[in-house]
Order: sequence, then C-alpha cells, then structure tokens
Amino acid sequence: MTDIVACHDLSKTYRPDHLAVDALTDIELTIAEGEFASLVGPSGSGKTTLLNLIGGLDTPTAGEVYLRGQRVDTLAPGELADLRLNHVGFVFQAYNLIPVLTARENVELVMELQGLGTADRARLSRDILHEVGLEGLGDRRPAELSGGQQQRVAVARAIVSHPAVVLADEPTANLDSQTASSLLELMRELNQRHGITFIISTHDPMVMEFARRRVMLRDGRIVDDTVAA
Amino acid sequence: MARLALLLRLARRSVLRNRRRTLIILVAISVALWAMIFFAALTRGWENDVVHNAIFTLTGHLQVHAPGYRDDPSVDHSMKPPNATVAQLLAGTEVAAWGTRVRVPAVVMSEHDTAGVTLVGIDPAAERGLSFIADAVHTGRYLDSPDDRGILIGRALADRLGTGVGKRVVVMSQAADHSVADRGFRVVGLFEGDREATEMAYVFVGRRTAMTMLKLGSRVSELAVMLRDRRQLPAFLARLRTAASGLDVQPWTTLEPMAQAMVALGQAWIWMFFVVMYVAMAFGLVNTMLMAVMERTREFGMLQALGMRPRLILIQVVFESCFLLAAGAAAGIGLAAGTLSLLHGGINLSILAQGAEMWGMGKVIYPAAAVVDVIGATALVVVLGVFSSLYPAWRAARRVPIEAITRN
Repeated sequence: MTDIVACHDLSKTYRPDHLAVDALTDIELTIAEGEFASLVGPSGSGKTTLLNLIGGLDTPTAGEVYLRGQRVDTLAPGELADLRLNHVGFVFQAYNLIPVLTARENVELVMELQGLGTADRARLSRDILHEVGLEGLGDRRPAELSGGQQQRVAVARAIVSHPAVVLADEPTANLDSQTASSLLELMRELNQRHGITFIISTHDPMVMEFARRRVMLRDGRIVDDTVAA
Repeated sequence: MARLALLLRLARRSVLRNRRRTLIILVAISVALWAMIFFAALTRGWENDVVHNAIFTLTGHLQVHAPGYRDDPSVDHSMKPPNATVAQLLAGTEVAAWGTRVRVPAVVMSEHDTAGVTLVGIDPAAERGLSFIADAVHTGRYLDSPDDRGILIGRALADRLGTGVGKRVVVMSQAADHSVADRGFRVVGLFEGDREATEMAYVFVGRRTAMTMLKLGSRVSELAVMLRDRRQLPAFLARLRTAASGLDVQPWTTLEPMAQAMVALGQAWIWMFFVVMYVAMAFGLVNTMLMAVMERTREFGMLQALGMRPRLILIQVVFESCFLLAAGAAAGIGLAAGTLSLLHGGINLSILAQGAEMWGMGKVIYPAAAVVDVIGATALVVVLGVFSSLYPAWRAARRVPIEAITRN
C-alpha cells in the first residue's frame, strides 16, 4: 500500500532557547493509505504534537514530514493552508464547529473554501449528514446539538471532501462511553467504506481497541508500534 | 464567489453574535457620525448667516466705488451714476437687484445724545432684494422714495439717542464743497437688524435728499449689485470691471474680509471636528474589534486549520467592520436627518446674542446640511473605519493555527 504519511527523524522542541522541552525526538513513522491508526500514550507523550506536525499545523525543529509524497515541513503558510484544505481533515477534542454556522454549513465550510458549487455542496452535505446519522439536524446550530452530535458533524466535515488523511485529536475525550463508542464505530465504518486514512490520538482504551494499528509514544519517542492481527 | 459568500455570511453572523457589544459600537459610530453631520450643519448655518449678513448688510455680491473710496469713504470719493454700458450689464438676467447709494460718515444728534453713524441715501424701491433695510422696519414706516425727507434709524440707536418715531434728529456731515452739511430729519421708522451693531451703525434717508444735502449733484458713493446666483460672481465681476473701467469694482469677499475669513475658519473647524470625532470613534471600533478577535482566537485557528488562508480571515474581520460601519453610518445619517428636520425652523440664540454677534451670527441660526459634508463625514467614518479595523484583522490573521487552537 502507498504511504500517505511519512515522518523521518522528526523532532520538535518547544522553547529551544531556554528551558527547552523536547516534545518529540527522532520519530520515524509511516502510515499507509486506508489505515485506521491510533497514537496512544500518556498526557505529554507527544501525540498531539505529532498530529499537528503531520497536519501542517506546526513546524518541526528537525526532520521531515511527507503527506502523500509532498514534503510538508518546508511549505509556506499559504501553501500549508491549501494542503490542509485539500488533503487533511481535522477532528479536534473540543470546539470543533463554527458556532455561527448550522451543522450543514459547518459541513459545507471546507467545500465552500474549495470553491465547490452550491448544488454539489448541498448534495454532498446532505449525503454525509445522513451517513453520520444526523439527517434532519442540518439546520441546527452547534449549541443546539449534543456533544456527540457535534463530533459527528466534525467527522462529517472532515471526510466530506475525501481528504488523504483524517487527523483526530482525542475526539472522544469529552464524550460519555456510549457516545464515544458510537462515534468510533462511525469512524471505522467510514474508514472501511471510503478507504479514508484515520490517525487518532488518544489515551482512551476504547479507541485503542477500535484501531487496528497502535503506535505508542512516551516522552516524545515511539516505544511500540503494533498491528492487531 | 463561494468564498466571498462564506466570508460575508461568517462576518454577518459574527457581528450579530454579541448583540450588546454590537449595539454599543453601533451607537458609538452613529452618534459620532450624527455629531459630525450636525456640527457641520451648524457651522454651515453659521457660515450662511455670516455671509448672508455680510451681503445683505448693504454689501451685495459686489460693489462699484470711485478709486480711494474704500480707504476714505467721504464725499471726495464719489462717482458718476452708471454709464450706458454698465446700465446695460445691470439689466442682464443674472442681476437680481441693484441700486446706487450715497454713503458717507456722519453724526446724528438728538436732544439727548450724539452718535457717529454712516449716513446712507437709498432708493427705497431698489433696496428691496438688495439689502436688509426694506424688510427690517420694526416701528413706523419705510422710506417712500429717493426724495423722502424722513429718516430711518436703528432701534438700538434710537434707544441711545432717546428718540423715536415722529421725533426729529439732526444729521451732520461734510458736503462736497467741504462745508458742513447738516439737516434735520423726522424719524419715520425704526429698523431692527440681525445684529445690534447694524442698528447702531446706519441711518437711512432718501438718496436724492442726501445728494442735495451733501451737494453731490448727480454723483453717488456706490453701486451695489445682487446676483441671482452667487456662483455667477466671478464671470459677472470680470465683465463689470471691463464695463466700469477706472472704477473700483470688488466682490463681497474683498469688501467683507472678516466674513470670508470666518467662512474659511468654519471649513477648518468642520474638518478638525471630523478628525477629532473620527479618532474617538476609531478607538472604540478598534477596541471592539480587538475584543471580538481575541475571544474568537480558537475559532480563527480552527478556520486556518481547516484550510482558510490568513488573508481570508483578514477579509472576514474587515467585512465585520464594514457591516458595523455601514449600519452605524446609516443610523447616524438618519439621526442627523431627524435632528435637522426638527430644527428646520432654526435655533434661537437670543440668549447668547452678544457672544453670537461677535462671531458674525444673527439671533437665529439655521442648521444647513451640505451634501459634501454628509458625504465627507460618512466617507471618513467608513473608509478610515475600515482602515482602523485592519489592525485587529491583521491580529486575527497572523495567528499561527496551532497557537490559536491550543490557547486556553
């Protein structure tokens, strides 16, 4: 399978001039197309930092990051924005949605930025909201949705334009176990149905069970990388 | 287009998100613009009053004198009445009114007091539409003809002289032969001027009566002309100067330099006030937009994470300012229009009469909104308001997404 993500000798040090904190050290990682991988480890182990570097939200102190074969860490801010727009879907732990937009408009946001026409956007958003189980809730604002529903909208927005990879940072952290399980089930279904690569950072054991591949980080280093049979 | 529509939608809804804050800044913008337009209208009203007073207090739009009269307005600097060429020009359609006058320094005496005045010999019919005097008679009557033997004096002067309608006063001046010219006149009317100084400065008699008293023959002191449209002044002035060569032909701006200076001062005041109000409003706007941007740091970070380029975020924030400014400007203009409509009948400044008179104002000021001021104030508020919002917009756009998202 083609590698969607590749990290070589990747390191990230915060405040390199004084009181340096090594968030990541010499990371070597490749993620293949269609994988459903989890980054696991305790708080401060570097999971979120690694996701941010892969998604072009942050720049490494050393090393290289490739997304679909394109080097990410050397891109200018505008190019990074385009890369994120067209190839990366994000699901954050909280504050995932734009509060002044409805669920449907939140889903259509990325497509609007991509310049997709109204009819196409409407059709795709309708389909994806149906797929994530939010049919009929498209006109609700985030404040009118439950936490689980909001995360489903975020997942719908992340996958609606078929990105190369969806990066989810602790997506279940603010959800009860039943809602979290339902969301993970949804993401796995989408992974299997659409072949979209998912990389999920978590310290939730339930997520670890859902992910076929588990990359464990500790103190900024990969200490284990296992694929379930 | 899809991006533009998205940015407009985001901006519009973001503005409505914090309604109280939006209302406060809208009030600030609209009050600032209202104050700018209202102050400009007051100043324009004052300017108009100054110019009106200057023009209608015997000056007209232009005057013709013998050379030297303006330095020494005595009988020695009298002139012949208008020649045929000048008369033909004065018969033109652009001339609303014209008249010749005798105008010399004089002393008026009653049995109680004496005062230095300007004796003005007028053709009463010609003064209608040319100066204030025909419409200013407060008590008694106006003069009948150039041969009228009565005298019109100001109400304030009558008070000072202790005289009134029906009583006699003596006017003394210098005749053309340098002899003392004096004559008794019966007061036939008292006039009321916009300013007390006017009531104290002039006494009016029939022109031919004055010419006889001063032994002027057919000579007069001045020719005053009122045009139908002040904008025609430069062209008419040039033609009259050609027709009345050898005479001193001057526009009101030269004859009344104080009025002209006050008009220039008014213009400067308007723009100074505009700038002060704009600065005050701009601080409020920048502060509001900064607050709005700071509290949405994570939102802007997420938008960037989703692929929105920084410049689009900058445009979104500028759009938000545009919405606020447009709504505030509309409200400000509406407020100003309402206020000016209510004050259509003028603002009575009688209580400030003495102070107002120092500034060339009458007792009532009529606010006059000029289109150029409304456009200028609105443009200043909106254009520079948008310019002011660039800083908070830039602050929003320059956020690195990861810093914005991880910010607590």
